[in-house]
Amino acid sequence: MGELRLMKGNEAVAEAAIRAGCDGYFGYPITPQSEVMEYLMAEKPFERTGMVVLQAESEVAAINMLYGGAGTGKMVMTSSSSPGVSLMQEGISYMAGAELPAVIVNIVRGGPGLGTIQPSQADYFQAVKGGGHGDYKMLVLAPASVQEMCDHVKLGFEKAYQYRTPVMILSDGAIGQMMEKVVLFDHVPRRTDEEIVAQCPWASNGRPKTRNHNIITSLDLDPAGQERVNLKLQAKYKLMEKNEVLYEEIQCEDADYLLVAFGLSARICQKAVDLARAKGIKVGLFRPITLFPFPAIEVSNVGNRVKGILVVEMNAGQMIEDVKLSVGCKVKIEHFGRFGGIIPSPDEVVSALEQKIIGG
Amino acid sequence: MEELFAKTEIHKPENIVYKRTDLLVDRPLSYCPGCGHGTAHRMLMEVIEEMDIQDKTIGVSPVGCSVLAYDFLDIDMIGAAHGRAPALATAIKRMWPNHFVFTYQGDGDLAAIGTAETIHACNRGENITIIFINNGIYGMTGGQMAPTTLPGMRSSTSPYGRDVPTMGHPLKITELIAHLPGVYYVTRQAVHTPNHVRKTKKAMRKAFELQKENKGLCFIEIVSNCNSGWKMTPVQSNKWMEDNMFPFYQLGDIKIDGKLVEKKVTVE
Repeated sequence: MGELRLMKGNEAVAEAAIRAGCDGYFGYPITPQSEVMEYLMAEKPFERTGMVVLQAESEVAAINMLYGGAGTGKMVMTSSSSPGVSLMQEGISYMAGAELPAVIVNIVRGGPGLGTIQPSQADYFQAVKGGGHGDYKMLVLAPASVQEMCDHVKLGFEKAYQYRTPVMILSDGAIGQMMEKVVLFDHVPRRTDEEIVAQCPWASNGRPKTRNHNIITSLDLDPAGQERVNLKLQAKYKLMEKNEVLYEEIQCEDADYLLVAFGLSARICQKAVDLARAKGIKVGLFRPITLFPFPAIEVSNVGNRVKGILVVEMNAGQMIEDVKLSVGCKVKIEHFGRFGGIIPSPDEVVSALEQKIIGG
Repeated sequence: MEELFAKTEIHKPENIVYKRTDLLVDRPLSYCPGCGHGTAHRMLMEVIEEMDIQDKTIGVSPVGCSVLAYDFLDIDMIGAAHGRAPALATAIKRMWPNHFVFTYQGDGDLAAIGTAETIHACNRGENITIIFINNGIYGMTGGQMAPTTLPGMRSSTSPYGRDVPTMGHPLKITELIAHLPGVYYVTRQAVHTPNHVRKTKKAMRKAFELQKENKGLCFIEIVSNCNSGWKMTPVQSNKWMEDNMFPFYQLGDIKIDGKLVEKKVTVE
């Protein structure tokens, strides 16, 4: 068993990056995620593992540093919060187009605009539906605990390299700030430059005379060529949909009603399930862990066994669209959300279930 | 028609006095005839070939006319988003500190949309080389006004000439960044005559040698023409450049060994 620690979610992300063998972190301060870079700077990973940590002049620069580093085959990560992640969208689109692996952490806060620094899940659409320009997706992981904040960093890097894609960890200000016990995985040594060259034959890290030059770009001025790029990306996303779906079912076996929630909302719903069951209402919880690929078949299987579904999100109704598309129209599906930085209580969730689904 | 000489007869090693560097890909350039980009590409690749560092060099190309530079330079390249090349180069150099890293950028890329990345990479003193091609216009998009367009100079978005009160002044970004302590070597050159080409190549060589010594950022501006965008013949454009661009963007070294070069008053 790994090392047991009490940590903030943001700190767990930072420590996990060091342990996962990350080569470089590039970021820009923004609440509520600044602890990621603060932890890294204090921890001196450049001495521990040789990992580079750099405070960029903006989120725009940070994501483009990520693009540069990833283009050479190095394992790179950034983190930010909603307004900063909006600034990164152009760079993320370029990385998806150029098929570059990296982990991007969004510790979501309430919006729109400068919004608030309190937690929110209002960036679901941005993360899951593309965000930047062009047809692309990221693999999106939604941690619901500090433990998962840690584990998803390692998993994210694995998937990023497996599929040559940016991976987003979509968390929120509460999970980033709250402290929980976390079991840290053991250090994975950083790859040597020779190992990177061998593992990433596509990367631009210096052309030996024995091979052609590598070009990292998302540009193809020939429409037929650019269509081929798009078809390749779409095939990759199909493969992810087939193989990478992660989800959790809690007390779904005998459920009459279903809550569907991710991240922090799922933690709240776990309590709501207990409260409802204490009142005699048989409720289960379905928690998507990957938001893209969305567990469409899985939520449909459970959803079509129950009398009604309440989708609980800290937004005005985003994931509910995917739930509806997955489950179809035979089952009543309603949304309950608080937004702007308000965290709903488990009691509110139970009341909403009673009013919108059971009594509605 | 019968060939007078077979290629092999002409290409005898003892007969070759000059040849295209092997580091330029053998394909037609996408640049307009008369444009300086091709010459700048050639000088850059000659320097890398002569230093024998192509296996340790990573180039970052911009958005603009030289967006396809990676198709012509036979080294590993990464194509940046518009203006972000210095950010890419920063990360690349930090993670491959023993490699040579350069950016190749135009004026719109480097001095307008990428101003923040340019200034901060310079200020951090990243050990990279920036090659800055300044032709005072957005060539790729069809000749719009650039940050370096001269006062009164016509472009498709300043059809009556750059009106400084409403369109602002041309930005001498090279002089600006020369004042930053992280910048070690700054020079402004041209590539329109053999003499200028030689000087440019020498400056590039110096910049890459300094990069090897981790002296800080080296910045080479090349004032160049855009005969298409300026609506001139190549010869006219070079003359116009000498008469109008050079008085404003004076050629020569601006910073050597981390120290600003004393200059006479700039002609405005």
